[in-house]
Amino acid sequence: MAGIVGYGAYIPRNRIKVEEIAKVWGADAPGYKKGLMLEEKSVPSPDQDTITMAVEASKNALKRAGIDPKAIGAVYVGSESHPYAVKPSGTVLAEAINATPEVHTADLEFACKAGTEGMFIALSLVQVGAVEYGLAVGADTSQGAPGDALEYSAAAGAAAFIFGKDKVVAEALQTYSFTTDTPDFWRREYQYYPQHGGRFTGDPAYFKHITGAAEGILAKAGMKPADFDYVIFHQPNGKFPFRVGEMLGFTKKQIEPGWLVSKLGNTYSASSPLGLTATLDISKPGDMILIVSYGSGAGSDAFIFRVTERIDEVKALAPKTRDLLDKNKVYIDYGVYAKYRRKIRKAE
Amino acid sequence: MPNPSKYWREIPQRYRLEAGKCTKCGFIAFPPRLVCPQCGNRKFEKTKLADSGTILTFTIIRVPPHQFEDQAPYAVGIAELDDGVRLTAQIVDCDSGVLKIGMRVRIEFRKIYEEGAAGVIYYGYKFVPA
Ligand SMILES: [Zn+2]
Repeated sequence: MAGIVGYGAYIPRNRIKVEEIAKVWGADAPGYKKGLMLEEKSVPSPDQDTITMAVEASKNALKRAGIDPKAIGAVYVGSESHPYAVKPSGTVLAEAINATPEVHTADLEFACKAGTEGMFIALSLVQVGAVEYGLAVGADTSQGAPGDALEYSAAAGAAAFIFGKDKVVAEALQTYSFTTDTPDFWRREYQYYPQHGGRFTGDPAYFKHITGAAEGILAKAGMKPADFDYVIFHQPNGKFPFRVGEMLGFTKKQIEPGWLVSKLGNTYSASSPLGLTATLDISKPGDMILIVSYGSGAGSDAFIFRVTERIDEVKALAPKTRDLLDKNKVYIDYGVYAKYRRKIRKAE
Repeated sequence: MPNPSKYWREIPQRYRLEAGKCTKCGFIAFPPRLVCPQCGNRKFEKTKLADSGTILTFTIIRVPPHQFEDQAPYAVGIAELDDGVRLTAQIVDCDSGVLKIGMRVRIEFRKIYEEGAAGVIYYGYKFVPA
């Protein structure tokens, strides 16, 4: 059965605390910390972008997969922060991991669910036998407008998955997608920062699509929340995943291993995929995992995975996601953050 | 700095650290060469450099070329990779005081240089603490 053959994560080491951002804008730090369960977020260095993080996460996935990169027939990079407007991120990635030239490559964009879109397509191509292995990456270096609520959460990271039919560490038992046209968050061409519909981003957007996709995949698979060991929901803030979990009948215990957002922020296309890598890191053979992404605009992709015996052989072959999150981090102040994120206007 | 066509020709080295290994004496040439400087052999097989090593020496650049002004001060060092090859690269993600000779590093894929806001972005390898 087709499934995940290798997985890898990458998180830059810079962090900025919610208090540090709130101090600059005269905002209420305890409100963000308690209300949204956000403490700090990752920040890319000036020499890091969606492509560099996608390459590092993919190299980690390759270490776990232990396959010849030339056998990868499809490479997809999902992001809302591709470094070029025109010129694919996927070509750089495919070249860097030595998968070129016999490879199909595309960049995907769908707010925070571009990563799982790539997973859906790569998995499907493997299932129908069009490619032997398919690589899908969710990666973002997202930006919120200075002072906007999104600035407290918009973070950077990448997660990569190689799908195949042999050496599988997590079998893909079921997939399901739930999509409608919902203008809850957008960014027009040539605009630097996205805009969002404020409170509109909750019920008709995040909650409707995640519950729609979760209920859909459970019905399709004939399963219930109690059948799962772990569940990962998209993490725009700390609170939403727990609330949507409660609505669906999942427990905190099922959510927590993949819940990274309070110390990581919202890594957009990498958000639920990184939650999946952290969950795989602590999973045992036979464990059942549900992942449901969410992307504004809007849609959710859901996958059911069953962990295989091979998981124990591959875990230690690349850095674990919690270690990337908790070790070797460095705190920066708002001035350095503004410089790194190019929020300071310099002379030409 | 490279122009796009020079950069493009060097992609195998910049992205994947592809080197040539002398089929006679095993000398590893990076970048690849036509003639082995050790034994004069002209046959090489493709190999990939080790992705970690040890810092042999380094310097801190405080007055950088114009394109690197934003990054100053920054470290550039030579590492002996685990396959014995010596490689020069920028050392990043490394706090001052931590950086020292003998430090273990590994190679990460990073942006090296961008031709302004509208030009090509050049990617390549840098050292980070292992
Ligand atoms: Zn020789």
